[in-house]
Amino acid sequence: MKLNPMKFVPALVDGDAVIGDSYAIALYLEDKYPQRPLLPQDLKKKALNIQIASIVCSGIQPLHNLTLVRFIEQKVGTGESIPWVQQQIDRGFTAVENMIKGCAGKFAMGDEVQLADVFLAPQIFAAVTRYQTDMSNYPTLARLHGQYMTHPAFEAALPDRQPDAPSSG
Amino acid sequence: MRKEEAAMSAATGKPILYSKWFSSCSHRVRIALNLKGVDFEYRATNPMTDPDYEKINPVKFVPALVDGDFVVSDSFAIILYMEDKYPQCPLLPRDLKKKALNLQIASIVCSSIQPLQSHAVIGSYLGTMDTNESLQMVQHYIDKGFRAIETLLEGCDSKYATGDEVQMADVFLAPQIHAGVTRFQIDMSKYPILARLQDAYNEHPAFQAALPANQPDAPPSQ
Repeated sequence: MKLNPMKFVPALVDGDAVIGDSYAIALYLEDKYPQRPLLPQDLKKKALNIQIASIVCSGIQPLHNLTLVRFIEQKVGTGESIPWVQQQIDRGFTAVENMIKGCAGKFAMGDEVQLADVFLAPQIFAAVTRYQTDMSNYPTLARLHGQYMTHPAFEAALPDRQPDAPSSG
Repeated sequence: MRKEEAAMSAATGKPILYSKWFSSCSHRVRIALNLKGVDFEYRATNPMTDPDYEKINPVKFVPALVDGDFVVSDSFAIILYMEDKYPQCPLLPRDLKKKALNLQIASIVCSSIQPLQSHAVIGSYLGTMDTNESLQMVQHYIDKGFRAIETLLEGCDSKYATGDEVQMADVFLAPQIHAGVTRFQIDMSKYPILARLQDAYNEHPAFQAALPANQPDAPPSQ
């Protein structure tokens, strides 16, 4: 609670700076560590990155966090949360797919990883592994998922690679 | 995007804001446009009933800003775009910690409060949740977010949230507080810092002009 009054993870502690919220942390890191910029200079491409990140962190992810899912299970009925979550994911993924279809680059916005990828990768991963999302409806996102799963920085960040991940078996 | 929009925005040089009078996301952008003194055209739209709106904004939310041949949607993205395009009245401080605080507060509002509120309202509208449950859910999420922001702003003695100038946190807070009070019966006495900030926002011309009741598409009774 002292680190993040919303009681959410993540929180970044950098010296005497404490920053909660993945969006604020990502933009802080952009300023603090300008190597490998995640946002392009071009205002339109920058805005597109931020829009995609926003769709994930305002339009999809908050609508499948555990507290809300439990609420739906309790109020609407057991098993009701899965179709509801799938609907939210579908809505967001359809919108993002429209925004990036025709993108010929290796990643969402081109041949370099940008902020949009940082937000898309975990969302797609969760959609596939937790919510049985059929990625064939979103061919560009499906291709990106394949790219992320083989990129070292993304691989190292996967949930089951973390120190607190339960041991398998 | 419809060609007419691009042509109109390009011809006049004025950005076009697609907005709904009571949308708190649109409200944020109106405040930011007013603060920066940007001359814009206001276009009311209802994404639920306007079949062409999807071409402008694929997520079908408001707001969207049409600037020449470019469309940017999502209030966070629009406001950060405006920070670069219209550097007057900067809404983000240079100091990285203060900047992060502004972004965190904005993010709490637009990821942890408003989407849940909006879905509870829609749930009530669609009949999947009764009115009382919907209101309780909204109040729960607003309360959680407001308590967190009160903690983040503890000891704040400046005129606005993070200083004596209006910044991004204020642009996101004002509409959320307004919606909380006018639509969801939030008792602001529980959040003394936010209550004080609300008084300051109510005195500021840029905020006053952005209020839902002052928009061209607000019903006359507002």
